[in-house]
Amino acid sequence: MFLTVTLSLLEGFLGTLKLFALTLVFALPLGLIISFGSMSRFAALRLPIRFIIWVVRGTPLLLQLLVIYYGPGIILHSNVWGSGDDGRFTAALVAFVVNYACYFSEIYRGGIQSIPVGQTEAGMVLGLSRSQIFFKIILLQVIKRIVPPMSNEIITLVKDTSLARVIAVYEIIWNGQTFIKSAGIVWPLFYTGAFYLLFSGLLTMLFGRIEKKLSYFR
Amino acid sequence: MAILTVENLQKHFGETKVLHDISFTMEEGEVVSIIGSSGSGKTTLLRCLNFLETPDSGRIAVREDVLFDGREGARQLTEKELREKRLYFGLVFQAFHLFPQYTALENVTLTPLLFAKERHELNAEKKELIIKEGGALLDMMGLSDRKGNYPHELSGGQCQRVAIARALAMKPDILCFDEPTSALDPELTGEVLRVIRELAQKKTTMIIVTHEMAFARDVADTCIFMDKGVIAEMGPAQEVINHPKEERTRQFVSRIDSERQ
Repeated sequence: MFLTVTLSLLEGFLGTLKLFALTLVFALPLGLIISFGSMSRFAALRLPIRFIIWVVRGTPLLLQLLVIYYGPGIILHSNVWGSGDDGRFTAALVAFVVNYACYFSEIYRGGIQSIPVGQTEAGMVLGLSRSQIFFKIILLQVIKRIVPPMSNEIITLVKDTSLARVIAVYEIIWNGQTFIKSAGIVWPLFYTGAFYLLFSGLLTMLFGRIEKKLSYFR
Repeated sequence: MAILTVENLQKHFGETKVLHDISFTMEEGEVVSIIGSSGSGKTTLLRCLNFLETPDSGRIAVREDVLFDGREGARQLTEKELREKRLYFGLVFQAFHLFPQYTALENVTLTPLLFAKERHELNAEKKELIIKEGGALLDMMGLSDRKGNYPHELSGGQCQRVAIARALAMKPDILCFDEPTSALDPELTGEVLRVIRELAQKKTTMIIVTHEMAFARDVADTCIFMDKGVIAEMGPAQEVINHPKEERTRQFVSRIDSERQ
């Protein structure tokens, strides 16, 4: 039984990992773009983006999942997400990407704005372009400063993926829960915790290494 | 022919007029020191020359190249134009602003390397040459044994000398200093002033904003005393500081002298 449960949970955990990894792949760069928008000089760009960030951070992710999955069907009377498991996974991914990109954007914004303006000006008087200044001077300093808040947010994401089961996306908790009905046992559900713990432990170690790697400068 | 011509330069921030009608010229190899109390517009003048601020009106020309002419009307300069104009000047900041993630040598070579790459000229030979030149600049600054150190491993005086080498690496026509020793512990000012003095002996064209009166007098050919956004007095550095003609220059110099004692 233990082996059966472990294998089933592993399979569920693959779903968790897939959602986790794809969310990061899209939300990390999207968050950076949103952060530029939220710092724009142009109010026509800045204000709508700030509004979106406010809405996304101000409502539960669970609700956003439901709205993104069911909303288009109710409004457009068509299922934009495609049918079946893939459709539900895509909808969940979109919801996670939007939600996490908004949180990440605020972390980026804080990081970018904490870099002294003198760094940019030093680059400017040397004749560097805006993009050279950002990519060659500012970015690494930003990354160094945002590693702790980012690791916080990313570890939260590991656990938040379990919310996707509200629209029936298979992930580890879903698989753990099925044993309650099928075999009348509850412990598989608790056992899922071990997977989360192990994975967030690995992530914590990874972020520790990144932090150490960037400690060569101040 | 003057290397720098500044005519009727004006700049205000909101309601505050920071620069009223600044005009002066400089010859190649000349060192000009600018003194004056804080808020007199010294730093703003340097920032206008380096295009960190755009003046409201007036004219800036280096040799025959007109960099700014207020009569052409207000026009947002493109990034390309700004970058070209900024190359005429170098600026050494009060707070160094070294790039913390790069070593002393990398701070000096970063921009020349990026420029070479941008022009598709970067090959192994060119790279070696840039690194050699950067190393030579640090040698000149007395930092031969500090090339591989990161800014946080250096003293303030060493950081400022790296910053000077970094500015020199772009071979500016005119090198500007904004209170280069004001952020330093008193015992570290000497080493920075010494390298600036050496640059003066090599006939580097420089504009130095400073509160070090003796330095402003001895290293500079010409001294400008600024007060409330105007040039209140300008002349041979010895005269302006030792025998000021204007009452407000006299008051300023004697106040600084008494603070020193």
